Amino acid sequence: MGIDLTHYLTLAAIVFTIGVAGIILNHKNIIIILMSIELILLSVNINLVAFSSFSGDLTGQAFALFILTVAAAEAAIGLAILVAYYRNRGSIAVEDINSLKG
Amino acid sequence: MQANALFFWIFAPILVASAFSVIFARNPVHSVLFLILSFVCAAGLFLLMGAEFLAMILVVVYVGAVAVLFLFIVMLLDVDFARLRQGFVHYLPQGLLIALVVAIELIYVVSGLGPSHRAAAAATPVSAISNTAALGEVLYTRYFYFFQAAGMILLTAMIGAIVLTLHHKPGVRRQDIGAQVGRPDSVELRKVPSRAGI
Repeated sequence: MGIDLTHYLTLAAIVFTIGVAGIILNHKNIIIILMSIELILLSVNINLVAFSSFSGDLTGQAFALFILTVAAAEAAIGLAILVAYYRNRGSIAVEDINSLKG
Repeated sequence: MQANALFFWIFAPILVASAFSVIFARNPVHSVLFLILSFVCAAGLFLLMGAEFLAMILVVVYVGAVAVLFLFIVMLLDVDFARLRQGFVHYLPQGLLIALVVAIELIYVVSGLGPSHRAAAAATPVSAISNTAALGEVLYTRYFYFFQAAGMILLTAMIGAIVLTLHHKPGVRRQDIGAQVGRPDSVELRKVPSRAGI
């Protein structure tokens, strides 16, 4: 049984779903939320590379590279904000981050 | 083709299982390690699809930099992770319901792809040049401005991360060269007679 585009797209859909579920389930732990976002971006990359590979067009891989760039920047900035916040408040629980509430 | 299928069925279940473990692990360090495992499996899948450059970038950038950064942060911050897990079971039914709906919708869309797409899938072109060279030719010509913009994004992220995390402790005496040199009457030129000193 050969592997075709549908297999890869289904796999990416499952990983995307796991990422969304991770955001909902771990809604108090911002580190796990960031990891879930990485999983979602990974599933998008799998989609792009699968389409690129099965249609013989390199555009998908170029955009997967850009997504990788943005994901790396997002992780770096997010974790830097986390460290700065922890230094100021001594906690990173999402429910404690409510200073902007009017 | 058979080897392709074999490796797909090796990598894909490990990817799904480790992704599950990322969100269900009790210890965040284990979550990060499972995240690394899922990235490695995704890199293997990229290799199967012929995207060698992206597979290597995934291992180098994600496993080597981003995941290690996550690990570093998890170990750096002294956080009570047990408190952060409260409400996990409470939200489990809703989370699983939403996940199920999203998964069914996505797989329904994917499985509705016509047979023309599957036929095109078999006709993967065999190129004479390597994937890296081909990607470079596309990236440095057609997507050159996007490539530059990606570089600017990385520069912005780097400066932002440094600015956010750099802080000077009060009370630490540092050398202020500007104030030192700019002090009035501190620097002057003297004509020194030989063998006499000042």
